[in-house]
Parts: sequence; C-alpha cells; structure tokens
Amino acid sequence: MRKIKEYLIEKLLFSSVLITVGVTLGIIAVLGFEAFRFFNEVSIVEFFTDTQWTPLFTDKHYGILPLLSGTLLTSFIAIAVALPLGLSIGIYLSEYAPKKFRKTIKPLLELLAAVPTVVYGFFALIVVTPFLQGFIPNLSSFNSLSAGIVMGIMIIPFISSLSEDALHAVPYALREASYGMGATKLQTAFKVVVPAASSGIIVSIILAISRAIGETMIVAIAAGQQPRFTLDPTVPVETITAYIVQVSLGDVQHGSVEYRTIFAAGITLFVFTFLLNTYSYSIRKKYQQRYE
Amino acid sequence: MEITMEKIADKKTVVHQTNEVNQASKIEVKDVNVWYGDFQAIKGINMNIKPNTVTAFIGPSGCGKSTFLRLFNRMNDYIDTHRMEGKIKINGNNIYKKKVNVEELRKEIGMVFQKPNPFPKSIFENVAYGLKIQGIKDKKFIIERVEKALKQADLWEEVKDNLKKSALALSGGQQQRLCIARTLAVEPSIILMDEPTSALDPISTSKIENLIFELKKKYTIIIVTHNMQQASRISDYTAFFYIGELIEFGKTKKIFTNPEHKRTENYITGRVG
Repeated sequence: MRKIKEYLIEKLLFSSVLITVGVTLGIIAVLGFEAFRFFNEVSIVEFFTDTQWTPLFTDKHYGILPLLSGTLLTSFIAIAVALPLGLSIGIYLSEYAPKKFRKTIKPLLELLAAVPTVVYGFFALIVVTPFLQGFIPNLSSFNSLSAGIVMGIMIIPFISSLSEDALHAVPYALREASYGMGATKLQTAFKVVVPAASSGIIVSIILAISRAIGETMIVAIAAGQQPRFTLDPTVPVETITAYIVQVSLGDVQHGSVEYRTIFAAGITLFVFTFLLNTYSYSIRKKYQQRYE
Repeated sequence: MEITMEKIADKKTVVHQTNEVNQASKIEVKDVNVWYGDFQAIKGINMNIKPNTVTAFIGPSGCGKSTFLRLFNRMNDYIDTHRMEGKIKINGNNIYKKKVNVEELRKEIGMVFQKPNPFPKSIFENVAYGLKIQGIKDKKFIIERVEKALKQADLWEEVKDNLKKSALALSGGQQQRLCIARTLAVEPSIILMDEPTSALDPISTSKIENLIFELKKKYTIIIVTHNMQQASRISDYTAFFYIGELIEFGKTKKIFTNPEHKRTENYITGRVG
C-alpha cells in the first residue's frame, strides 16, 4: 500500500514537470509553426531588410527593423538609466551601508519590481512626459524617452539586488587582503570586489536587458504605436511587444498574413530573450563553480 | 628608478622619520585594553618588540592573540563594537593617534592571513596590486618589484613562465607564498602573520618557515601560531596569552625550556589548551 502511494506521488510530481515543459514546448511549436507559414508568404530577406512595417495598411510592408529599433531603443534607454543607478546602489549596499540599513532598504527596492507595469505606463505618460516636455519642447506625447526612463526605474532592482548578492558573496578575506595592503574602501570596492563579482554583475545586467526587451505595458502605453525606423528618442515608436498587443486586441482576421505577423514578431522577440537567458545561464554556471 | 624610490620614501611618513626605506621597525605596546562591546578581549598588555626579530604569539583559542596582532595594522577598526585604549608606538610614533592615516600605516605593516587569500587575478596582478593602488605607473619599476618579491617569497622559479596565469590555479602552499610576495612587494618594515601555515601541508609549511627565517634579516615579524614546534623552531621571542592577558613574554628558548609561570608550562607541555 505504502509502495503504491510512493509510486503515485512520484508520478504526480513528475507530471507537473512534464506539464510545464510540455506547455513551453507547445508555445515554441505554435510560434515556430505560424512563423513558418508567415515566411512562406513573406520572404525572410524582406522581413529583415525592409525598413517599413505596415501590415495593417493597404500598402503592405513587412520589415521588422522599425519594431526592432523601437524595442532596442527603449531597452537601451532603460539600461542607460538602470545600470549606473542599480550598480551604485549595489556597491553602496554591499560595501558601505550599515547592516541594518541594507536589510531594510533591499526589500523596499525590490518593491519597485512589484509595482504593476500598467501603473508605470501611466506614470510615464501622465507624469514623466509632461515633465520632460518642460525641457524638451518638441517631445511628442508618445515617445521612447520617457517610456525608456520609467522602464529603467522598473528594472533597477534587477541590477541592484542581484549585483548586491554577487558583491556580498565575495569572501571577506579578499577585502581584508586589500585593506591590509593599504587600499582604501573605494579602491577595494572597485579593484577587488567588483572584478571578483563581475560574472554575477553581468548576469544581473543581462536579466535586466531581457526583462526590458520583453516589457510590454509601459511601452504600449507611453511609447506609442507608430512603427518607425529611427533612433530619435523624442518621437513615437512601436516595440515588438506593443505591436503584438495592438494586433491581438484589434480586429485582424484569424489565419490571415496580418494575423501571422504577430508570430513572426513574437519569434524574433523570443530568439532575443532566449539567447540572453542562455548566455546569462552559462555565465552563472561558471561563477558558481568559482566560489565552491 | 631613483625618482620612483624617492617618491615612495616621501610617502613613508607614518612610521619612518628618516628617508631610509625598508628598515625593520621596533614596536612598543603600552597599557593596551580592547573591548568588543562589554567583553574585554585584551587586558592591560605591555610589550616591546625589537627590530629584525621573529616574535611568536601563542595561547589557547580565544585568548586574544589574533585580536592583539590585528591592533598593529588597525585591522580591528572595521569591527563596529571594537574599542581600544592605550598606545602602540612603532619607531616611537603612536599609530592610534587621530592624525594617523590608516592606509599609509598599512603600507608599512604587511599582513599574511590564516587562509591564503589571493585575488582572482593573475599572479603578476596579485603582486603588483599594492604598488598600483599607491598610484605607481612606472611599468619597468613594477615588473622589477614583482620579480624581486616573488624571489624573496621563494616562488619565482615555480611561476616565472606563468605570470599571467590565474593565482587561483596555484596550490594552497604556492598561494600562501604568493600572498607573502604580495605583501613584500610594498616593502613594509613589519610583517604580521596570522597562523599562516594552519591551512597548509607539512612541506608547504616548512617552505614558509624557511622563508620567515630569511625574511627576519630585513623585517620585524610577528606570527600567531597554534603549533608549538613551529613557535620554538622559528621565533626568537615568544609571548603566551591566556584569556586576554599576557602571561609571559621572553626569549623563546627560555619560555620553552624554563617558563616562569605554571600556566605557560601547562600549555606548552600540552596539559591545557
């Protein structure tokens, strides 16, 4: 009797693994299948070289570059905001802050990532854009700058928290060795601790980039819905994610080429985040080996 | 070369009044008490340490010998609850005066730790670290110093073809000699060693003991050890600590053959501790 129970529990646990893996594979399969059908009708060369994305207009162009540039531009701005701030916070908390302060402030910072992204989106649109228009008069009401900045604030805890963990994991003995040779705290932090934690810091940055690239709500609300092949942060752009939202909510006929564009866009996005996650996973594995 | 040496000599203002570089220092300890919060870890210690000698600190675990050792380069400063009273004079200058620049002091007083703690950098970068943080940029000078320090630490022959290799790839014993080389590269006048061989095998240990014997010619060395044989082999003077007090301090030969206190004798002969 007990044996049967053990057997059933084991199978039950295994089936939950199976379901999760199965669902993931299923999503990838659907993405791949629909994207494949899309590329039967639109050449892959046009997809990657055409600089216009107008599947919903009469003059149809299927160039992913405008969506890609919108995605990369907003993500770049987000990282430009989050990297210096997040890393400074990480270094301060790990190397300078009193223990008590670190213990209180870290969960508070992580709250930033817990704010619903729709709130961030409205914040970008209603607060940040009007504020920035005070300095940049020709800033459109939808633009990648404020969407990027707000997205940067959202991903700060990814960088600050994970890099703080990496910095904190550096053995105290290394700091002592550095202090013992007459190094200041600043020299020790930047010449010993940060290099020793570099792999963990890189992982944190990659995860933050991956999160920014996949972020949907903020850019859909604040960056606009105009696919535009540009690096100008003051004009409306459309990201891959925002386009997918637009089509999913719109009245595009199922099974049409227009409908399949979201799978082509989706698989492009997936390849990006998949590569980033795989890269960060391989770095993390190396890093774990080093401290064991 | 000349100019660089002068620059360094100028910086040595904490414990050296003269321009002479790398001369072993004498140490005077006067009425030193240390507390961690309410706990008194060091109780009224007085001690004089002569230049170019090896002094061993022995005593059971928790007797305060490591705490005491770390007073000489102010490594205890980072412990929040740490409080210190008294004077420690190196070449006549009290290192606990407010004006003292702790970073400058630590360039004069090198430290080797219990577990080898090389930086996750190349062998060369490890030894060059102390020079680079002083702002020295003269590459030729750094290369010469690194070679000299590695030779002094008896590691040069083993690593001279692999200076770019990661220090973490070295064996434990090699790593500890690298840490000694790293300390020597800055040319301190005192070297503090906190159980430097406790994590090493007997062969590596004897290499480091031979090294200490050589280094004594140029440096003043203080070593904390749990190994009685080691203390008797390598030290000129021995200090026996017991629960924060200095029970006995004198020539090693005398301490080990004819100790004045019963406690010292019990510890050395293995009856206590």
